[in-house]
Amino acid sequence: MSDATTGSRAPRPAETAQDAGSRAPRPAESAVEVRGVDKVFETRTGQVQALDGIDLTVAAGEFVSLIGPSGCGKSTLMRLIADLDDPTAGTLTVFGKSSRQARLDQEYGIAFQQAGLLPWRTVAANVALPLELHGVASADRRSRVAQLLEMVGLGDFADRYPDQLSGGMQQRVAIARALAEQPRLLLMDEPFGALDEMTREKMQTELVRISAETGAAVVFVTHSIPEAVFLSDRVVVMSPRPGRIQQIVPMRLGADAARAARTEELREERTFFDMVTAVREALHGGSPVASGARGVETR
Amino acid sequence: MSATASTAAATTGRPKRMSPRTEATLRVVAPIAVGVIVLGAWQFLVTVVGVSEYLLPSPASIIEEFIANWASIASAMLITGTNALIGLVVGSILGILLAALAARWSIADRMSAPLIAALAVVPIVALAPVLNSMFGADSQFGRQAIAAIASFVPVFINTLRGFRQTTPVHRDLMKAYAANSQQVLRTLTLPTARPFVLTGIRIASSLAVISALVAEYFGGPRGGLGSLISTSAASSAYARAWAYVVASIALGLLFYLATLLLERLVLRRAPSGGAR
Ligand SMILES: Nc1ncnc2c1ncn2[C@@H]1O[C@H](COP(=O)(O)OP(=O)(O)OP(=O)(O)O)[C@@H](O)[C@H]1O
Ligand SMILES: [Mg+2]
Repeated sequence: MSDATTGSRAPRPAETAQDAGSRAPRPAESAVEVRGVDKVFETRTGQVQALDGIDLTVAAGEFVSLIGPSGCGKSTLMRLIADLDDPTAGTLTVFGKSSRQARLDQEYGIAFQQAGLLPWRTVAANVALPLELHGVASADRRSRVAQLLEMVGLGDFADRYPDQLSGGMQQRVAIARALAEQPRLLLMDEPFGALDEMTREKMQTELVRISAETGAAVVFVTHSIPEAVFLSDRVVVMSPRPGRIQQIVPMRLGADAARAARTEELREERTFFDMVTAVREALHGGSPVASGARGVETR
Repeated sequence: MSATASTAAATTGRPKRMSPRTEATLRVVAPIAVGVIVLGAWQFLVTVVGVSEYLLPSPASIIEEFIANWASIASAMLITGTNALIGLVVGSILGILLAALAARWSIADRMSAPLIAALAVVPIVALAPVLNSMFGADSQFGRQAIAAIASFVPVFINTLRGFRQTTPVHRDLMKAYAANSQQVLRTLTLPTARPFVLTGIRIASSLAVISALVAEYFGGPRGGLGSLISTSAASSAYARAWAYVVASIALGLLFYLATLLLERLVLRRAPSGGAR
């Protein structure tokens, strides 16, 4: 990864529109900086351009959702931030470090689209895995795991095995595991996809609470517009083939948009529906606030 | 690879089943029922239909011989069983170690692949006369070596498969945790491979007994089951030969059940050192 590549790139319309929504003055250090990132997959049938000219800044403590049709590169972008894959061009930094260094320093917690639990470990041992790998003493580990399982509502399931849990419960274990080390950055790829509506709303409220409490920045992939609106400070709307950022929609929910203001009542409020509409319009490419310079895809 | 055909794949998922208790009972009762029916028909053929005892000794006379020669049968089972066990243990350890090397370095894999393929197709017992004469007439070593080679193949193949079964999401997880290769091996690769290794050992257990026994047909020290079967048959003591055959079957079953038990014990969701 070299910074030289970014310099040589022609500025894209998306770059001018970016970050238009960041309300608060940006803290000295942003959680994630993505600059001119392309990702091309070489496959047997040819090249797949998964991401094209992605620019995105996530401030420390900010909650950003990625939304867009299937295959638009949401998971790919998240994997690049997590340094699980290398970008074809462009640079990524996490808390001012290269994404690789950030991974080695354990700056983020991650929950994948699949729960990815180890089937031979109990629920408790699965949540304890990162703590175990990073040498946390076993007494501390036990109390932390108990606390995490309590939080995701699985306190009674500590000694079960993953195959004895429902898909939603497994996903909650994976979320507890991602939170185990209280990371400053949480990467979550459709973590609530497998949950029923009730549990989902409960987990959303929990996630808002947790991220407010820990001040963690969150990059959250979802397919649900209301979910993105409820959770986020900004919603990044992506379009497919090649994956681009179509628009970044700032959420102006609650008087000061403080996380604490995101309570259940919010779901009933007028502004909530307005924001849902704004994101929906952005998704369908017919947004009145679209960055006009760019050819908006209408499908 | 032609070698893979010779081994059954380990199944990681638990298959759909009836209630575990019913299944366990059925698994024991069904073969016993079949055995009793076959023995009954056999005895009927000899005593009622009148097939000559010389051609086909009756189960009753075989049991009689079995009891009469119990002392020599027991010591023969011990000799052959020891050879098979040593072969099984050595072959399994070598199989696991070499599979680990092959999984780690593809050059080791490419170097060993033809050798493994050859070992898998060459009838191992064909080596028996050669090895017997190499290690002298009073050494059990040749037989143990044959049992070891026979055990090595399925253990190696299954273990290597097992080492390659880690899923992408688990590998990503380990990478996200910045786990070092030692930790990946301990927390992911080995537990994933475990059921495959055990399947390999279970398959190898039967092969170890068969090859240790058949190797005795080709000379070397006397006293094992194989040599006693061939001497009894050569002196037309067919009922006694059959008694030794029964003992061989029992020995093979013993090995099989022991490894099955091992598999059950190890895979019974052992706690894995987490926060419990
Ligand atoms: N390892 C890979 N090899 C080749 N192509 C890939 C690979 N991973 C992703 N792609 C391609 O990149 C594009 C983006 O994939 P990605 O998984 O990021 O989509 P997504 O937005 O997460 O979709 P979904 O909402 O369905 O999860 C897709 O066209 C996909 O086929
Ligand atoms: Mg995805």
